[in-house]
Amino acid sequence: MATWRIPANLEELDNLTGRITQLLEENDCPQKNIIQTIVVAEEIFVNIAHYAYQDKSGEALVHCAVANEDGRSVIRLEFEDWGIPYNPLEKDDPDTTMTAEDRQIGGLGIFMSKKMMDEISYSRSDGRNKLVLVKYI
Amino acid sequence: MTIQKTTEADKTIMTIEGHVNTTTAPDLDAALIEELSAGNNLVLDFEQVAYVSSAGLRALLNAQKLANKNGRDMLIKNASDDVVEVFEMTGFIDILNVE
Repeated sequence: MATWRIPANLEELDNLTGRITQLLEENDCPQKNIIQTIVVAEEIFVNIAHYAYQDKSGEALVHCAVANEDGRSVIRLEFEDWGIPYNPLEKDDPDTTMTAEDRQIGGLGIFMSKKMMDEISYSRSDGRNKLVLVKYI
Repeated sequence: MTIQKTTEADKTIMTIEGHVNTTTAPDLDAALIEELSAGNNLVLDFEQVAYVSSAGLRALLNAQKLANKNGRDMLIKNASDDVVEVFEMTGFIDILNVE
């Protein structure tokens, strides 16, 4: 497992996904699960970088672990930030049946995260947003 | 991410290698717009594409809209099962031409 405290800044993205990939490979996670986890990590981290601190700079705390929970192997991904209160799970899912001309991109990242992970939960305390995502391996 | 282009009589084939994410999607976006604006049909070979995030989907959507507007074809070939799964879960399988 590992925890990283990094600037909530797009320049940090590739470093973050590289570290998560390395951790998951060291734990012999299947390639498909690794890819899904880093896509989800990108979606969440990019949202924090874009919106959590509005025009100010800030940080994100990212935790990743491969663990045994309730008798099953899981990848656990946690994101915390000190930004404005925001629960991404409250956002409506995009309409995935629309044509190209009418299709919106907004909300796609969290929608993909919900689809790719098995558990996802949000909480806020002590001025921090916390998102916990779990993928069953 | 790298993009290699091959021109044939009626189309440009772009072979994309790597991943299409927030960092790399702008390059793909620019390359697709350039080709489609020049009036070319496009074939995107996705065999070496490891994954596509929502930023990548945005670039593909922009390109598909331009292709539709200009009456050009954009075809995605050899995408992995994981990438096709992303297209399916997001409804992009119905917007893009995926072979």
